[in-house]
Amino acid sequence: MTTLTQTPGGTGTPTPGPRTYADYSRPFWQRVVLSREFAVIALLIAAIVYSRSQVDYFSGPQTMYYLFRDSASILLLALPMTAIIVTGEIDLSVASTVGLTSVAFGMLHVDAGLSVVVAALVAIAIGALCGAFNGFLVAYVGLPSIAVTIGTLALFRGIAAGLLGTESRTDFPDSWTDLAKERIIEDQPYPMILIPFVVLAVLFALLLHFSPFGRGVYEIGLNDEAAHFTGVDVARTKAILFVLAGTVAGFVGIYTTLVTGVARAENSVGLELQVIAAVLLGGVSIFGGRGALPGVIAGVLLIGVIQRAMLLNGQTINVINIVIGVLLVLSVMSTSLLALGRNVVSASKGARSSGRSSDSAGKRSLS
Amino acid sequence: MTDTLVQPSAASPTARAVRDLLRSRELAVGVVLLLLIAVTTLKSNAFLFSSTGWRDLLLTPSMLVLLAVGQTAVIITRNVDLSVGSTLGLTAYLTGRLFIDTGLPIIAVVLAGILMGAALGAINGVLVAFGRVPALVITLGTMYIYRGAFLTWAGSDRINADDMPRTFRDLGTDSILGIPVLTIVAAVVLAAVGYYLRTARGGRELYAIGSDPDAAELYGLQVRRRIFSAFVLSGALAGLAGVVSAARFGTVSSSVGSGIELEAVGAAVIGGVAIFGGSGTVWGAALGAMLLVTIYRSLPVLGISDFWQQAVVGALIIGAIVLDRVLVTRQERALVAARDTSAGSTSPGAPTLAPVVAGDAQEGTR
Amino acid sequence: MTDHAAQAETLVLDDVTKSFGAVAALRSGSLRVRPGSIHALVGENGAGKSTLVKIVAGVYRRDSGEFLFQGQPVDFGSTAESKAAGIAVIYQEPTLFPDLSVTENIFMGRQPLGSGRRIDRARMHAEAEGLFARLGVHIDPRRPARGLSIADQQIIEIAKAISLDASLLIMDEPTAALSGVEVERLFAVARSLRDEGRALVFISHRFEEVFDLCDTVTVMRDGSYVSTKAIAETTVDQLVAEMVGREVSELFPKTPAEIGDVVLDVRGLSTAGVFHDVSFQVRAGEIVALAGLVGAGRSEIARAVFGVDAYDDGSVELLGKRVPPRNPRAAIRAGMAFVPEDRRKQGLVTEASVARNVAGVIRRGLTTAGLLTGRAENRAARPWAGRLEVKTSALDMNAATMSGGNQQKVVIAKWLATEPTLLIIDEPTRGIDVGTKSEVHRLLSDLAGQGLAILMISSELPEVLGMADRVLVVCEGRITADIARDDATPENVMRAATNAAGTDPNPTTTGAEVPA
Repeated sequence: MTTLTQTPGGTGTPTPGPRTYADYSRPFWQRVVLSREFAVIALLIAAIVYSRSQVDYFSGPQTMYYLFRDSASILLLALPMTAIIVTGEIDLSVASTVGLTSVAFGMLHVDAGLSVVVAALVAIAIGALCGAFNGFLVAYVGLPSIAVTIGTLALFRGIAAGLLGTESRTDFPDSWTDLAKERIIEDQPYPMILIPFVVLAVLFALLLHFSPFGRGVYEIGLNDEAAHFTGVDVARTKAILFVLAGTVAGFVGIYTTLVTGVARAENSVGLELQVIAAVLLGGVSIFGGRGALPGVIAGVLLIGVIQRAMLLNGQTINVINIVIGVLLVLSVMSTSLLALGRNVVSASKGARSSGRSSDSAGKRSLS
Repeated sequence: MTDTLVQPSAASPTARAVRDLLRSRELAVGVVLLLLIAVTTLKSNAFLFSSTGWRDLLLTPSMLVLLAVGQTAVIITRNVDLSVGSTLGLTAYLTGRLFIDTGLPIIAVVLAGILMGAALGAINGVLVAFGRVPALVITLGTMYIYRGAFLTWAGSDRINADDMPRTFRDLGTDSILGIPVLTIVAAVVLAAVGYYLRTARGGRELYAIGSDPDAAELYGLQVRRRIFSAFVLSGALAGLAGVVSAARFGTVSSSVGSGIELEAVGAAVIGGVAIFGGSGTVWGAALGAMLLVTIYRSLPVLGISDFWQQAVVGALIIGAIVLDRVLVTRQERALVAARDTSAGSTSPGAPTLAPVVAGDAQEGTR
Repeated sequence: MTDHAAQAETLVLDDVTKSFGAVAALRSGSLRVRPGSIHALVGENGAGKSTLVKIVAGVYRRDSGEFLFQGQPVDFGSTAESKAAGIAVIYQEPTLFPDLSVTENIFMGRQPLGSGRRIDRARMHAEAEGLFARLGVHIDPRRPARGLSIADQQIIEIAKAISLDASLLIMDEPTAALSGVEVERLFAVARSLRDEGRALVFISHRFEEVFDLCDTVTVMRDGSYVSTKAIAETTVDQLVAEMVGREVSELFPKTPAEIGDVVLDVRGLSTAGVFHDVSFQVRAGEIVALAGLVGAGRSEIARAVFGVDAYDDGSVELLGKRVPPRNPRAAIRAGMAFVPEDRRKQGLVTEASVARNVAGVIRRGLTTAGLLTGRAENRAARPWAGRLEVKTSALDMNAATMSGGNQQKVVIAKWLATEPTLLIIDEPTRGIDVGTKSEVHRLLSDLAGQGLAILMISSELPEVLGMADRVLVVCEGRITADIARDDATPENVMRAATNAAGTDPNPTTTGAEVPA
């Protein structure tokens, strides 16, 4: 191959010197500041600053502790969900897997008498199995993930309900339930759950942003056909991500059980939509291929901060829901709105020409 | 499979209709539904033959049928509406509120509920069709917003039975000729939408859009306007379902309609509506909805704890999409194989302009 | 309508321009079409023909220039408007709704209505059958469009256009996937439409068809109008010279290379409905071309060899070792590289950066301690981008912003970076400018000279004849001819490609028996 460079240009064409390329077209600060992730992080910081100055008790020691503790499930589930949505798929069944593994954990420990550790490991394995089931149907059978996971959303929750009905299991050793609630350092607002979260977040960040596997994940989301042509094993990649989602959901099932002290079928009902909302708010495109973990983590915390601040301000959870919904709609609309704005600007600049972009031409046809 | 290629003249219209019916998903779901009812009735006569059994059999699904019909119209265009449960809650509360605060006649209240639903659907439609943002995200967002608006408005209020006029609540239980009024409402809606989707240009365009949105755009169809109307319809029917829910239960609690959006999608999927648009009928979706609701009611009778009902529903949804995939794969394989044999049998080597040939040419393929 | 417009030209385009961002797709397009005429529009890929067509169809709006239809200035904002004005377009790729019936596809949006604005299905089916009878084909009007062959889909498109009763019918390479009898029947329909006083625009790469069917020809090159002539007053050589803007012989500088051992050995490859019993070999230093019509199964064979698609039967060996089926990664490891047909959909991830695209296949070897950094990708991508002289300001630019030729260079760079022993290249120069085209040809020639085995698929006959050491012709999924470089002529390649009758004792007669 090296001879390629030695080959002179064709007959008579001047041979240019070897081309050189800059790594980046924009300076470092622009690349950072003009990203979607940065916008979410900035919004998060602004929300914290505002809340600390304007909301009573927000800077109190309990607030941040409960913020982290209550956001922990969503934070954890958002990690694999980000990867799944980046491939252009979706997993609506994670919260049901949490419910199922919570029930399994409770029954294995209380009814079957397994130790907490063994029961937890088996429950996590059950979570992985749930993910593998989704992954098989989506990746290898080729079914649409939204339909499959609506099905398993009902199925997994249904199995949990079938196993335990409206009963619950509450006999867990205090040492374990306390551990779930403990702080890493006393009087600091960081609950113990942040340790596994940080470890997992680092692992997922490396996997997604600093590994060939992760590059494949993004390629699948941008163009799965080209990824396939490039040697990315599209099916296996997707299947692995669903298994990871199930595994993490299993872990969250155990955490939820211990932190609340209750194993029951209704644990975390509806959490899947909160997770997805947070991931999308964090800048991940539902079409796949775009988004990064820092933005997602900021997105989850942003929702948490807004909730806390509004609760402290005496707002009900209902208003908070409205705010989250509006944020979600705005965040996905922002791309369209920006494009629209750009079109308007360029149209007014190029008023001389009668032409418009095909996009706006299409829109006009409806008006 | 190969007889899809049969020459038009080869089958009489009646024979064709019968064949289509026999192969339809609607019939399959209907048979399963009837079997379920039969088996449950064998176990307990009262399930079908007592007056309440008969009434509940028809009455209970009416709400989900309305939602499934609206959801189908949206899914056919390759979209989805997750906000219907919240819309239902909001309109149910609006219904109660109007009775408490105003002296409006029942018909006006019903219309107000439908209009409210349509307006909420229009918001979804505008955002999805004109904002060019995926329906899943938008309706997930509006699901939160509508539910939040409902709960904020309601506060700690509840609408109780005696807040609403007796005649209105009677609608929830009354029957005409042994058929509950609400069932008739759902059936009329179903028939009207089904008729529109099958025989109106607009209805067929919904299918075309879902089948290939880019081709629809290139073809010059009014893609955005059609998608918008599908969402308005879905919202309006969710609004009607909200009114129905108020009449049926006589109360409006804060949790009314939550989670029902996924049931509506599930009903459509079970009834053969492809989640990526382009095919399926409201008849199938309605039967899917009836099957879902009937399963809920018959499990306890069959001696299975009703805690398992959700698991059964989930298994049913997954079974339905796997079945769809198997059928589509088989059909495609048959079509491709037919191409091989038809090219080979009629004109070895020499291509013809009529690669899809009369039925007798296909007999060799099976 | 035809009386009224008899004097005036049906369609007038004058100095029409269209740009997409920085890329000028159409610099100066002009076209005048008379009623009762079949007007050929020719030019190389990327000459701007399709853009011109899409402006007439209302898909794009022109940036500037004059656009008259039936004497009236028009500015279509949508395909619906152009359709309503009386323009029917048949695109290169059929745009059917797979879930709907054939009839519904023809009449969508303007179905015949019965009482109460209800679609009159019986009448609709009868009309569809009438259309098919006129076209002399047998397609069940009730079957779904899914699963139809490309030729059949094209027939549906034509039926659609005829049913529109349009005064202008544009056909963008309608015959690309058709063969022999099918083309003849299409031409008969086209002539009868012309005799009814309609105007037709016919885009094709096949000169014999242009000379057979059309009365006038307009040539385009690099997004600009070149000339319009009566068919009777021009020759193929003249048209070709105007299309490429120079002598053909300059274009294909394939130098003789030493042919070595067998690198690729394909035996008995079959997939039901696609291709059958395909066997061939490619040797080191050899360029083997797969020629044939679009849809003949050439790309499908290449995809199966590389493992992108599964195959039912047969084997693929590289350097004597079996390559497992349906496993592109194993094929890459074995030493295969594959530049696919559709650059934007299959060749690269247009929304990703140049660096990530170029390093896309080799990135597994770029990790340190399992981690892959953007810096490592840039370092690996830079020399390859340089060797192919990719024109970009920085390595993090999206491939989407680049011209077709540059994108093709990125794809080739990405595969050469794997240092392969076999390069499969599908339509190496489709849709790229003339300058880059000869660069690519020179590159392929050099690579073969260095001992690389190359399997090339091309629909451009001059490219096939100029580049290939050996031409394998594929027709309807079978290899129908194996022609050495010295024996290959346009005639014998086309004959083998359009009609398997070259080896068939009873040519074409069976086709004519199909009831009309």
